Amino acid sequence: MPWTKTYGNKTEFEKAGGAAAGLRGLTYKEALHEATAQMLEADKDVFVMGEGVDDAGGVFGSTKGLHLRFGRERVMDTPLAENALTGIAIGAALTGMRPIFVHMRVDFVPLTMDQLINHAAKWHYMFGGAVSVPMTIRSIIGRGWGSAGQHSQSLQSLFTHAPGVKVVMPANPYDAKGLLRSAVYDGNPVIFIEHRWLYDHVGHVPEKPYTVPIGKGIIRRQGSDVTIIALSLMVFEAMQAAEALAAEGIDAEVIDLRALKPLDTPLILESVRKTGRLVVADTGWQTCGIGAEIIANITEEAFGALKAAPVRINLPECPTPASPALEKLYYPGKDEIIAAARKTLKARHDATQFSPRIARQGHRGIEKRGDRP
Amino acid sequence: MTTIDRFEIKRLQVIDESGNADPSVLPSLPDSMYKKFFETIVLARAFNSRALSLQREGRIGTYPSILGQEASQIGSALAFDAADWFVSSFRESGVFVAMGYPMPLLLRYWMGDERGMQCPEGLHIYPMAVPVSSQIPHATGIGMAMTYRGDKKAVAAYFGDGASSRGDFHEGLNIAGVFKAPVVFLCQNNQWAISVPRSRQTAANTIAQRAYSYGMEGIQVDGNDVVAVYKAASEAAARAKAGGGPTLIECHTYRLDDHTTSDDASRYRDKNEVADWQKREPLIRLRLFMEKKGLWTQTYEDGVTNKALEQVDKAVAEAEALAPPLTADIIRYTNKELSPRQLKELKEHGG
Ligand SMILES: Cc1ncc(C[n+]2csc(CCOP(=O)(O)OP(=O)(O)O)c2C)c(N)n1
Ligand SMILES: [Mg+2]
Repeated sequence: MPWTKTYGNKTEFEKAGGAAAGLRGLTYKEALHEATAQMLEADKDVFVMGEGVDDAGGVFGSTKGLHLRFGRERVMDTPLAENALTGIAIGAALTGMRPIFVHMRVDFVPLTMDQLINHAAKWHYMFGGAVSVPMTIRSIIGRGWGSAGQHSQSLQSLFTHAPGVKVVMPANPYDAKGLLRSAVYDGNPVIFIEHRWLYDHVGHVPEKPYTVPIGKGIIRRQGSDVTIIALSLMVFEAMQAAEALAAEGIDAEVIDLRALKPLDTPLILESVRKTGRLVVADTGWQTCGIGAEIIANITEEAFGALKAAPVRINLPECPTPASPALEKLYYPGKDEIIAAARKTLKARHDATQFSPRIARQGHRGIEKRGDRP
Repeated sequence: MTTIDRFEIKRLQVIDESGNADPSVLPSLPDSMYKKFFETIVLARAFNSRALSLQREGRIGTYPSILGQEASQIGSALAFDAADWFVSSFRESGVFVAMGYPMPLLLRYWMGDERGMQCPEGLHIYPMAVPVSSQIPHATGIGMAMTYRGDKKAVAAYFGDGASSRGDFHEGLNIAGVFKAPVVFLCQNNQWAISVPRSRQTAANTIAQRAYSYGMEGIQVDGNDVVAVYKAASEAAARAKAGGGPTLIECHTYRLDDHTTSDDASRYRDKNEVADWQKREPLIRLRLFMEKKGLWTQTYEDGVTNKALEQVDKAVAEAEALAPPLTADIIRYTNKELSPRQLKELKEHGG
């Protein structure tokens, strides 16, 4: 599947023979834009709301110019009031509308927790299934620009806890388009989390509208030695790690989770039963993160299949530093994934594999990354 | 220096405590409407007192009484059509009863059954909100959707005086003002938020005056005067439907009972204050007013009361006869499509 591969930019896509193969290369932000425009075009019930959705930048390009095409009553700039706006989206959704509420940063979505968790997540249940809230909450994980602690968080785990909402994190343009459509037409509220660093990534995106199922992960690379489960930007890192590992004879399987909730446990179990080794690469912190959930699932369902202790790749347990120099050390990437994969393989011969030492080393702290190339 | 803006807060009372109407504001209503007010208040009160006794007998869970607030709830609700939309807090039994929401369902809800909030076809009453104030933005959103669709309907949004201190109130009203959403915000100022008196919610003289900072009309009404409430709410609903935007109505009333059946208001409230408001409760003046118009006799009231009690008896019997929900329902309704984990749990619960 050519669209499972993404490129850093359009030139790379072309160099790889994208157009020659008859494929249309779109950036992640263009894919989001196209999905939104197609839904606005075809369905009067769909509308976009959020602070600055109609500004010149158009949420980093993802909503750019849509207000000119569809009018400000459907691409609606709003006052600053995250929680009430979520309530407003819920109210509109209850009447049958399909709001897409865009937050430029995921950092401000916690302001909406009452409406998300106490209302949106509960309505379907409280109505005995009679009514649903088809609401999509788009938000973006920031990184770089010295954005620091309040502008660079990866808060997906906050939203995965309560039943009733779904959480998706597309890692490439194809999924960005397909999952956005699925989210808008899902009967439950969907938290749709993007990564700013994916916005310029290029991949094949068919023009015709399509959906990507919510709750289904996908194998991006088949392998037999170790399973690397990644999401969002970490899929890109994991693919590079897998290539490097292949050069040393380690055959890694890469799973792009696509959705944190519902979690595609069957896919995960099948892969780990095959490889016996696991690395989970998350964009967020470790405590109660998706890695913990995945590893717990495997421990419950396939404990015997594990040949080594799983390793998690997460952010160090501290906020994002404002200093660009420290920020560079803060984020784990392909090197940490490579090291983690090697560790799970070495562990086969290591009697201390289940010792707390391994668990400790699995947590990539800043101080350990001084030796990064 | 020049004055660039100024506001004035009006208070509307149509019928005073002795049952005399102020002819300058008395709307011309058919006699049947006064009877409707009276009969609905009696019915809501019968429902309320039965709910309280059912709670004492352990047949329903915690229940919030509406005693004293019937005019605020019924006068306002009857100003809307069945096709209009309602969002409410948990203390709105009077609104549900006035709009013809099936009483057995309402009782089922208080018995601890989500199915009680499955609004029947033809009504648009959304489940009561327990997080205080959080329903206000829903009303704004529904209103904005109505405008967008060109659907000439209004939204009635109910909430308390305590709710007016929360961000949801301010954000929800502000945005309703900006988008001219067809919403009537009906603050049920019953003077208390559990044990917190109205004076500790805001230093502003009235809640109604908040309206002006959001660019909408605001008015305080005597919330124990059903005609005043009805008049203000009807005008606001008509304005909303005509595209004139939202209105904030502060219904100045009083919670005569405890906050809920798990509260004891005597620990924080002065007996004399309660006794004073007792004299102003809504049915007394409506009775006097209707008697003067020749619409009320003791026989009439007895008939109305008996009919109400019968209806409530029937509702209780129906509610208690309903088969309990299935165990598997715990899981079934959380998501539209169930996740692998939910499917597993559903199976474990026999679904
Ligand atoms: C967000 C939130 N905070 C606190 C509570 C606890 N609580 C329940 S009712 C109530 C008082 C509400 O007062 P008011 O808005 O005046 O409504 P009333 O109960 O008087 O009808 C409080 C604080 C809650 N339910 N929700
Ligand atoms: Mg109150």
